[in-house]
This record gives sequence, structure tokens and C-alpha cells, in this order.
Amino acid sequence: MTDFSKLNISSALLGLKKKDFKSVELTEYFINQINKKEKLNCFITKTFDKAIDMAKKSDEKIIKNRELGSLEGIPIGMKDLFCTKDIRTTAGSKILDSFIPFYESTVSQNLWNSGAVLLGKTNMDEFAMGSANTTSFFGNVINPLKSKNNDKDLVPGGSSGGSASSVAAGLCLAATGSDTGGSIRQPASFCGLVGLKPTYGRCSRFGMVAFASSLDQAGPITLTVEDSARMLQSMVSYDFKDSTSSKKKMENLLKYKKYDLKGKRVGVPKEYLLEGLNPEIKKAWDLGISWFESAGSEIVEISLPNTESALPTYYVIAPAEASANLARYDGIRYGFRAEEKSDLTQLYEETRAQGFGKEVKRRLMIGTYVLSAGYYDAYYLKALKVRKLISDDFSKAFERCDLILTPTTPNVAFPIGEKQTDPVEMYLNDVLTVPASLAGLPAISISACLNSESLPIGLQIIGKPFEESSILSAASIIEDSRGF
Amino acid sequence: MSIDNSTVKKVAKLARLKVDAKEEQNLKDELNNILEWVDKLQKVDTENIAPMLSVSNEPMPMREDIVTSKLDNKQILSNAPEKKAGFFVVPKVVE
Repeated sequence: MTDFSKLNISSALLGLKKKDFKSVELTEYFINQINKKEKLNCFITKTFDKAIDMAKKSDEKIIKNRELGSLEGIPIGMKDLFCTKDIRTTAGSKILDSFIPFYESTVSQNLWNSGAVLLGKTNMDEFAMGSANTTSFFGNVINPLKSKNNDKDLVPGGSSGGSASSVAAGLCLAATGSDTGGSIRQPASFCGLVGLKPTYGRCSRFGMVAFASSLDQAGPITLTVEDSARMLQSMVSYDFKDSTSSKKKMENLLKYKKYDLKGKRVGVPKEYLLEGLNPEIKKAWDLGISWFESAGSEIVEISLPNTESALPTYYVIAPAEASANLARYDGIRYGFRAEEKSDLTQLYEETRAQGFGKEVKRRLMIGTYVLSAGYYDAYYLKALKVRKLISDDFSKAFERCDLILTPTTPNVAFPIGEKQTDPVEMYLNDVLTVPASLAGLPAISISACLNSESLPIGLQIIGKPFEESSILSAASIIEDSRGF
Repeated sequence: MSIDNSTVKKVAKLARLKVDAKEEQNLKDELNNILEWVDKLQKVDTENIAPMLSVSNEPMPMREDIVTSKLDNKQILSNAPEKKAGFFVVPKVVE
């Protein structure tokens, strides 16, 4: 009898192939676990009947050994901003509380085509705006991990908090996330997982609820590096329905195992040694550096001089794009509509005031302000120029190195309720993940070690554009060296 | 650049968000706090730097101007909070 709690995607695929168990049995196991761990609040919508149906179909294919997908029979969670046909999709917002799409996002369709099984839609910060999964209309998500020093509930990170928490708690084998400024990497780091944001353009944004379109990218949250490669391989495709979708062919990602780190130059940016960087995280970073040295890589100190400007730049560009993207929520065509409607303007204003949460409103206000007449040049245009400088920093750095190694977050998972009062302090969670987002680069976070409270510390590897396999390979060095 | 209550009112109007007096005060403080922090950017020298509008280097493809999706009226209205005779319903806008 297989112990389902010990499985990952790769071992589950093997077990299914060898007919040690059926996808239906595996799916039932996860349904049971989701029900048992209801308290973590990982799912906004559960799709158990559909899951069983999908698993049965996978089992039939496995028996006939025909038309098998690369993820055939693998139960996963889907972040609730990927539109799923005939299944409620909320983006964690009251304003989409009742929204049932009549189309499927390209990323989710790709996963179903590969045979993945949908357990449910995972909880998230409202419109992906948050770093602690505390802004969801459907309540905060709890991290299954705890400090060994106390019993406080910790945040799972965000915005893909439900996805990370569900994978860490063993409620599914993997989950999708989306990353605008760190929303895959940061929760993966807080929950001790592998989170990958591919190069901008790799995954189609069609059917993804938009936050900041020049930054949004889908990616997987998984238990292992190999699982990350398997998930991403299925998620990626060229899609004419997304005008920024890349036509670059994706190589077989499992070949990451053959990419030799020997002689490769690993860049360590001195500017990431922030004031206030937790000393244990600094130690983990040094440990990571030593692992790459042991693997035969050359460590080079690099400079990304505009790092300090990345976060303020992000907090101009992302809200600006959000204020345009979220203009569509008007209470007319779909979603929540306020009762007050003496005239059209009142209907809009009441619908949006009642339908959006506090953090979303804050960002809509910022975004509207920086785009408004008289402030556009000073804020928005300025931020676009600084974005160019940040991107150029990376291009220059990559002349001297092949990969960049940094910590993922300045701190580990913190108790729910802390760091929430001051928005600027809250935004600092993303300080190490935002620069790669602004430059559109692929980046992965992987747990490197545990701190003295036994909470995971993640390291981030940033790669050159479209070099997902090299960051997977670098992450596997950490996975092999960390000893767990 | 600090913003006052009347700016908050104006921006809220532009964003189509109804804001009550208490929220207005909170938003004013929060926005000023955020903008003060964002103002760091003013010190960065961006002389002769072109704004970066996209990270993509690939040309955006053109497609033929033909109908590709076949959505019916019923589908399009399926999520409408209020509908009538195949249309979305809005408050009266023409006197």
C-alpha cells in the first residue's frame, strides 16, 4: 500500500503507471485531506465531483495506455484567478463572488490537456494584491508550518497563499500560482516549497484575471524541482490570444538535469545585502554560495545599482496598470452590483466601493493618481524610465555571470496580523523578488534550510531570459545539497 | 508632493470609488505615506533614458480581422446582475 502523503508528482506518475494505485484513489485521498484541513482555508471553491470525473477518465486512459498526458491523473490546485469554464472564479474578491466564466484560461486548459485533475480553486490575496494572503474576501489562509517556539498561526505568504499552503499541507500534489512582484516565489519560500516564475511571455495570460499586465506571469508551486519542470512544461504554450505570448520554443525542461553548473558563473549582487536582512537569511545565502562552489561554479560579485529603486518603481507601475485593468468591474456585465442605482455614476461608485477590499482600493487610488493629469510625467513616466535602468542592470550583470543567487525574502513567515498596519512595511516583503519581475526574467525560489525556529528560508535564482532550464538546474544543486 | 483631502476626493471620483469622510482621511494619510516613499525615484537620474513599456522583444503579431469566437447572447449575459430581453440593464441615462 502506497503512503500517499509521501508522494510528489514524479513518484505519483510512476505509481499510476505501474498501477500501484488509481487516480481516483489518489484523488479521494486528497479530497479527504482537504476536508480534514479545512481550517487552513486553502480553497475558495472545491470541485470534488469534477475531480472524481477527471480522475476516472485518467484511469481509463491509463488502463488502455492510450493518449496519456504528461500529468495524467495528477490532482492539483488551481489559483482562483485562472478562469475555469463553468466553475466560479473569484480572484479572491467580493466583486467576482458570483462570476462563472464561460471560457477556460489557456494555462488551465493546457494542464487539463496534460491530464491533470482539478481539486479546487485556491485562495489568494484579492486580485493578487498582497504578500500575506490576508486581503482575500474569503478570509486569510494559514500556513501549515509553525515556529517551534510558539503556537501562533503564520501567514503562508501571498498572493498565491492558498496554492502554497495546500501543497505544503499535502492537500494536492502541486498548484498553479501567478507572480506579479513575487506572488509565487515569496509564498513558496514561506512554505518551504519550490516556486517558479518563468520569463514574461512564456505562459499565456489569456483567461487570467489581470492585475498588472506587463508583469503578470503564471507558474507552478511544487514540492520538488523535477515537479516544477513537469508542471511548467505543461503550462507553457504560444497563444495567439495573448499578444505578449512568446513564440520561443520551450525545450524539454527535464533536461535541466544535464545542465552542468561546473564552470558556470554565479553572480551575487551586493545590493541585495539589505540593511535589516535577517542574519539567519544571510547565513543561508552564504550556505547556498558554498554549495555552488562545491558544484564547481565560479562565484562572482556583481552589482545591480538600481535595486533600491525597484520597489517604489513597482508600486507606481503595478497600481497604474491595475487601475486600468480593474476599471472593467462596474456592476453591469458580471459580478457584484450594489443596490444603490439612482444614476449610472452612483451605481459604479457604490458597486466598486462595496465590491473591492481595502488594499485593492488603496492601489486603485495610487494607480489613478499617478496616471492623472499633472502627475503622469512625475510618477508613471519616471517609473517606466527607472524600470529601464533596472532591466539594464540585469543585462549588464549577465555579461559577467550566468545566474544570480539571492535570498527570496528579507524575512521568514510571520504571524498573521503582524506587518499589516503600515502598507510600506508590508510592501517590503517583495523587495528581493520585484526586480526580476520588472525585468521580466525567470526566477525560482527553493527552500535552502530551516532557521532556528525551524521555519524555511528560501533562496532565489534569477536566470537570463528564456533560460528556465538553467534556473531549474541551479535549484537542483540546492535541493541536492540541503540534506532534506 | 503631498496630497490633500480635495485631491483624494478628485482621485476617488476618477477611480469611481465612493469614499466616506473617515475613509478619505485614512486614504489621505496612507497615500501620502506611500507617495513620500515613492518620491525616492525623483533622485534617480533618468536623463536620456527611454521609458520601458514592455519587457518583450518580440513583435506583436497581427492577425486577420475575422471573427474567431462564437459566443451567443445567452452566454454573454449569463453573469449579468440584471438583464432584460437580451440586454444588460443599467440605470436610465437618457432623459
